[in-house]
Amino acid sequence: MAVREVDIDFSQDLLDYIEVWKEKPGNLIMMLHRIQEEFGYIPREAAIKLTHLTGVPLAKVYGVVTFYHFFKLEKPGKHKIQVCMGTACYLKGGEDLIQELENLLGIGVNQTTEDEEFSVEAVRCVGCCGLAPVIVVDGEVYGKLKKDQLPEILAKHRGE
Amino acid sequence: MSTVNVKINNIPVEVEEGTTILTAAQQVGVKIPTLCYHPDLPAWAACGICVVKIEGSPKMMRACATPVVEGMSVITHDSEIVKVRRTVIELILSTHPNDCLECPRNQNCELQRLAAEFGIREMPYEDRLRDLPVDESTPSIVLNPEKCVLCGRCANVCQVMQDVWALEFIGRGDDVRIAPAGDINLEDSPCIKCGQCSAHCPVGAIYEQDDTAKVWEALRDPDMHCAVQIAPAVRVALGEAFGMDPGSIVTGKIYTALRRLGFDSVFDTNFSADLTIMEEGTEFIERFVNGNGDLPLITSCCPSWVDYMEKYYDDMIPSFSTAKSPQMMMAAMMKTYYANKIGIDPCSMFSVSVMPCTSKKYEITRCEAMYSSGCQDIDVSVTTRELARMIKQAGIDFENLPEEEADNPLGIYTGGGTIFGATGGVMEAALRTAYHLVTGEELGNVNLIDVRGLDGIKEASVDIKGTEVRVAVAHSISNVTKVLDKVREARLKGQEPPYHFIEVMACRGGCIGGGGQPYGATDELRNKRIAGIYQDDERSEFRCSHQNPAIIELYNDFLEKPLSHVSHKYLHTKYTPRPIYTK
Ligand code: SF4
Ligand code: SF4
Ligand code: SF4
Ligand code: FES
Repeated sequence: MAVREVDIDFSQDLLDYIEVWKEKPGNLIMMLHRIQEEFGYIPREAAIKLTHLTGVPLAKVYGVVTFYHFFKLEKPGKHKIQVCMGTACYLKGGEDLIQELENLLGIGVNQTTEDEEFSVEAVRCVGCCGLAPVIVVDGEVYGKLKKDQLPEILAKHRGE
Repeated sequence: MSTVNVKINNIPVEVEEGTTILTAAQQVGVKIPTLCYHPDLPAWAACGICVVKIEGSPKMMRACATPVVEGMSVITHDSEIVKVRRTVIELILSTHPNDCLECPRNQNCELQRLAAEFGIREMPYEDRLRDLPVDESTPSIVLNPEKCVLCGRCANVCQVMQDVWALEFIGRGDDVRIAPAGDINLEDSPCIKCGQCSAHCPVGAIYEQDDTAKVWEALRDPDMHCAVQIAPAVRVALGEAFGMDPGSIVTGKIYTALRRLGFDSVFDTNFSADLTIMEEGTEFIERFVNGNGDLPLITSCCPSWVDYMEKYYDDMIPSFSTAKSPQMMMAAMMKTYYANKIGIDPCSMFSVSVMPCTSKKYEITRCEAMYSSGCQDIDVSVTTRELARMIKQAGIDFENLPEEEADNPLGIYTGGGTIFGATGGVMEAALRTAYHLVTGEELGNVNLIDVRGLDGIKEASVDIKGTEVRVAVAHSISNVTKVLDKVREARLKGQEPPYHFIEVMACRGGCIGGGGQPYGATDELRNKRIAGIYQDDERSEFRCSHQNPAIIELYNDFLEKPLSHVSHKYLHTKYTPRPIYTK
C-alpha cells in the first residue's frame, strides 16, 4: 500500500508487541492500547505507521480509535481538566463550566492548549454529586464550583 | 443444493437453504420494506425497518439478515410490526433535515419513499439534527453527513467492493458519522472518486457534483460552439430515468435530445473508443510481438482505476497503457482535428461529455495531458443522472423523441467501440483488432464470450495463429487486487507474467454500473444493461474498431498511424505515484 512513509519511532518493545499481535483477532485494540501507553495518545503518524506494520487500513484504525472514549487523538496537556457531565453536575451547570473554560483557554472538549499546559475532557459522573458541579484538575476535586473561581484554579495549576 | 420449506404469511414456499426471510418473501410476492439493506452488499442490519415476527418466537427479527430454517412460519405484516416500522422511520426522520424540496434526491430517495408509503403526516419526535460540514473537496462527489441515515452502505461499498477504505464510521453514539480517517477531506483521503457510494446511498447524503449550471450557461452563450459526446454505457441506461426498461438502447433519442438542448455538434464516445483500441491494440502488439515494453499491458480507460493504481500499485506504472481514455481522446480530436475542419478556435469550443461516471469529472483536469489542444480539452463532464435532469428541465418528452444520427466524422462507431461500456468489452474489442494487426486477417468469430458477464475475475486465453495470449478481466476494485497480486508475485519470483493483457474497470459490471448512472443498480439490472450493449454490438455494421471508416480517415488525414508522434501528442498520457494520507 502506498501510504506515505512517516517519521516516528516506536520502542523495540512496542514493535515486538505489534509483531506478535498483528495476526490475532481483536488485535487492533490491543495494539492501539500499547501505542497510547507509549505516547499518551494516538498521534496520526503512529496510526499511519501502524497501517504500514499491519496492513490494516487507516480508516479502520480511526473507526476503532474514535469508537472508544479511552483513545485520544490529541496530545494531552500537562494538566488534565475533567469536567463532570453526570446528571447532577449537568443540571447544576457543568455545561457553563465548559463554556467558561473555552473562553479562558480557547479550547473545547478533547482539545489541548497550544502551550500544551491544559487539556479539557468531559467525563461521566465522578461520584461526588453532592458537590455538583464538579471539576477535577490533576486528580484534585473542586466542588460547588462557580465560573468565576476558574481563573484562580487554572493559575494555581499552571504554576505547578 | 438442499432446500427448506417455509411459510410467509401462511403462503408456503420452498427456497434454497441459507435464503434470507427477505428474499423468501420476495419469491411469493411479499415486499418487506428495507432501508440499510442492498443486494450488492453483506446485510448490515443497521436500521431495523425490515422486522418481522416468527411464529413461536417472542422476538422480532430483521428479515434482511435472518436466514430461513425448515418449517419456519413468518408474519411480515400486522399492526404491531407496522407500528414498529413506523416508529423506526419517525426516529430516523427526527435526525434528518426535512428540506426535500432542495435535495438532490428529491423524488428519488428511499427514505422519502418509505415516509410516503407509511403515510407519515407529522413528526412526533423532537428534532435532533446534526450540524456537520459538507465535504465538497473532490470534483466528483459531495458528502453531506447531515442527511446521512447511517445505513452503512457507502462504507461497505468503499471497503468491500472497492477495497479503497476512504470512508468509515467515525465516532460513537450520537456523534457517529461517515467520514474519512481523521476528519480529513475526501480529496486528501484514498478516495478514487468512483461514486459507487453515491450510487448506493439511499438518501441525499452522498451525491454527484452537479455541473449542469455550467453547461446551461455555455449553451446560452451565442459565441460558444457547444460540442458534446456520449459514452457507451449511457445509451443503455438513460431510458430508465424516463421509465423505460433497463437496457433499452436509446442512442438516437439521446442525439435528438442533445440537439434540442442546443448543442451544435453531437458526437459519440464510441468513436473514440474505436480510436483507443487502435492505439492500445498497437501498443499491445509492440509489447507482445516486438518486446518493446512491459507485460502484462494493463488498460487505462477508467480514471478511478488509474487513480487507484497511482495510489496503491505504483510499481505497475510501466505496465499501464499510456493511451488516454476514450473521453479524453475524443475531446482532443474535437478541439484539434474537428475544430480545424470547421474553422474555429479550439478555445471558443465548449466541450461537454456525458458519462456514466463521477470519476470522469476528476479526469478532465488530472494532469497536463488533459490540455493537449492548448486549452482544457473537456470543459465539463456530466453524469447520466445530470443529463436526465437537463432533459426534464428542458421539457423534452424523451420517450417519444424521434431518433437522429450523430454528426460526422466523430460520431461513427463499430461494435468494438460500443462494448467498452461493459466489463470485458475493452479486452474483447482489443483482441478483435489485435488479431487483425498481427495476422492481417479478420477473426472468424468475433464473439469472445469468455470475457463477458458479471464474474468478478474472468480469465481466457486466445489463440492468435498459434501464439497463446493470456488475458484477465477484473471489475470492482476488490477483484482487481487479486489479479495484480498474482502479477507481483510472478515478478518477485522472476517468472513469466501470468497474463499478457489485463482489463480493469473500477465499477461492478464496468461502466454500465458506473457511479453516475440512474439509481437502483443490482446485478439483475446490470445484466439487462449489458444485454443492451451486446445487442448494440451485434446490430452494428462493423464489429471491429479497425474497420471504422471514420477512424481510417482520421489516421489518413491527421494522425498518420497508431503511436505516431501526432498520436503521442494528443492521445497519450503519463502517470505519477500518488502516496496517500499525506495530510
Ligand atoms: S467515490 Fe468510491 S472511493 Fe470514493 S468514497 Fe465513494 S466509494 Fe469510496
Ligand atoms: S452516507 Fe448514505 S450510504 Fe453512507 S451511511 Fe449515510 S445514508 Fe448510508
Ligand atoms: S468503471 Fe467506468 S463508470 Fe466506473 S469509474 Fe471506471 S470509467 Fe467510471
Ligand atoms: S433493512 Fe434490514 S435492518 Fe435495515
